[in-house]
Amino acid sequence: MSWDWEKLKEQQQRKGGGGIPPQMSDLFEKFKQLKLPGGPLLILLIIILFFGSSTFFTVGVDEVGVVQRFGKFIRITQPGLNFKLPAGIEKATKVKVRRVYKEEFGFRSTREEARSRSRGGSETASVSLMLTGDLNVALVPWIVQYRIKDPYDFLFKVADVRRLLIDMSEAAMRLVVGDRSINEVISKREEIAIEARNVLQAEMDNAESGIHIVTIEMKKTNVPGPVQPSFNEVNQAIQEKEKMIYQALEDYNKEIPTARGEADRTVKIAEGYALDRVNRAKGDASRFVAVFKEYAKAKDVTRRRLYLEMVKDLFPKLGDKYIIDSNQQNLLPLLNLGKQIGVK
Amino acid sequence: MKSKGIVLIVAAVVIALVYFSAYIVDETEQVVVTQFGRVVGEPKQDSGLYFMIPFIQYPNRFPKNLQEWDGDPGQIPTLDKTYIWVDTFARWKIVDPVKFFQTVNNTISAQGRLDDIIDPAVRNLITENRLIEAVRQTNRSMDTFEHGVEDAKDQKSFQITIGREEITKRILKQAQPKLSKFGIEVVDVKIKRINYVEQVRNSVYGRMIAERRQIAEKFRSEGQGEARKILGDKEKELKQITSEAYRKAQTIKGKADAESTELYAEAYGIDPDFYSFIKTLEIYGEALGKDSSLVISTDSEFFKYLKGYAP
Repeated sequence: MSWDWEKLKEQQQRKGGGGIPPQMSDLFEKFKQLKLPGGPLLILLIIILFFGSSTFFTVGVDEVGVVQRFGKFIRITQPGLNFKLPAGIEKATKVKVRRVYKEEFGFRSTREEARSRSRGGSETASVSLMLTGDLNVALVPWIVQYRIKDPYDFLFKVADVRRLLIDMSEAAMRLVVGDRSINEVISKREEIAIEARNVLQAEMDNAESGIHIVTIEMKKTNVPGPVQPSFNEVNQAIQEKEKMIYQALEDYNKEIPTARGEADRTVKIAEGYALDRVNRAKGDASRFVAVFKEYAKAKDVTRRRLYLEMVKDLFPKLGDKYIIDSNQQNLLPLLNLGKQIGVK
Repeated sequence: MKSKGIVLIVAAVVIALVYFSAYIVDETEQVVVTQFGRVVGEPKQDSGLYFMIPFIQYPNRFPKNLQEWDGDPGQIPTLDKTYIWVDTFARWKIVDPVKFFQTVNNTISAQGRLDDIIDPAVRNLITENRLIEAVRQTNRSMDTFEHGVEDAKDQKSFQITIGREEITKRILKQAQPKLSKFGIEVVDVKIKRINYVEQVRNSVYGRMIAERRQIAEKFRSEGQGEARKILGDKEKELKQITSEAYRKAQTIKGKADAESTELYAEAYGIDPDFYSFIKTLEIYGEALGKDSSLVISTDSEFFKYLKGYAP
């Protein structure tokens, strides 16, 4: 990349600087040297060779050639072998239109440092340090990828396209970041990249730089070092908040379904009780009715029978039985109640 | 042989003359031709091949394309007394090469003139405005964490009335008239960088940290609040569930009790006396056992035959 830039710069300097086109001066050099033996024929031959060799040039697949005749732009040639008038009349400059160039911002490489006119010392050293719309400080590194879309504009309209691009990128990025809060700068990088690209493209078009911005890619945006722990703290707090909520929900989910099941159980038990109660009542009732029907037929005898049956069932089960003559008035002397208790 | 040499020399001289009298104006250039320092003719602004009188006239070349000027980043206080570093750049071009040639002469001294004129304009405009005006461009509402009290206060102080673009336009407006006499047109002025100066930056960091802490606390207490709300909901729901179940159960039981009562009443109502007789017998059987002692008189129905058989 840098190789190409140097070459382009050189070409531009050549155009702006020396009054005499370089090929012309080369020719003169040769002229002087060839005043040596060999005769006019040799001189002629060399001149022909020189002019001949400058009438064609090769344009690579990723470039186009821009041809100027006496400095005036004439045509753009496509890749392949191209012909032109000899040196001194027409000049061809190759421009790599299909190549994507890249500029990095906010990476503290030494090249970056040397290039920036940091007259304010450390104050301006960091490209990525910028103010956000809520007057906080953010670190925003980014990459701009671009290519040359109009070789004519690129070569002739702006003195130093690369520098323009670099400065304009910074201005555009700061314009976009300046309108966003620190939160947005950190979380909405994509949006910022798109908008910065649009702003930058508009400016580059405005300047007729012939540059097409392919993309702006945001690197990880952050806050300056001393502030980072407090930002992490906020993230942690957000996590903690969610954790607390989840824990509460966990508690909720642990108890509520159980309680619902328990409630269902209570209701079912009640229902069982009801069934039991009603069925028993029905059973008892029908039994009573049935017994009563028979009883009604022979009341006295049934009563006696039932009584005697009871006595028959009950008597053998009973413990101590004391039968006292109805004439006996005091029964206490006969009962040995103390002994009974002692046995127990 | 000799005549051939003369021809050759003459040809060479002619070629040299033609060569020295011709000059090329590149696409990126414009030329002012001078004769012993005096401007001759119109400036050549179109590219191409031109001729002049060699050795007497001289083509002074000036760039025609867009030039860049990089401002001197300086410490400037804003209207709200915050010291900031402002780095600006501008794009300019030579629109009147004759004027330019007469007053400035070359691009390096032009940079100096631009320094003298644009830098003060930048200072003026920055000092006249609040910091936020130079930072922001629009009044779009920003996503900050603050809500409630903070919100109203902060968002208002971030409102702008003119904005960055307008500031740069005003800088341009101040600077341009002074540069016209140099044949220079400034296309635009841009603010490249604005940063707090070192001391201010540290206090800004302090503020940012405090602000974040407060936000973090807010999140934590929000979390606690939410959690408690959920727990409260849980308690409430538990009570609701159990009490509802109790209510349902009691209702069901009551209904069943009522039904059974009705059933019993209906059945036993036929002959209450018989019911009490039969039930009492039944209860004797259940309630009395071998732990019970019975003292019974021969008067009783059961033992009346023990004393005699007469009815």
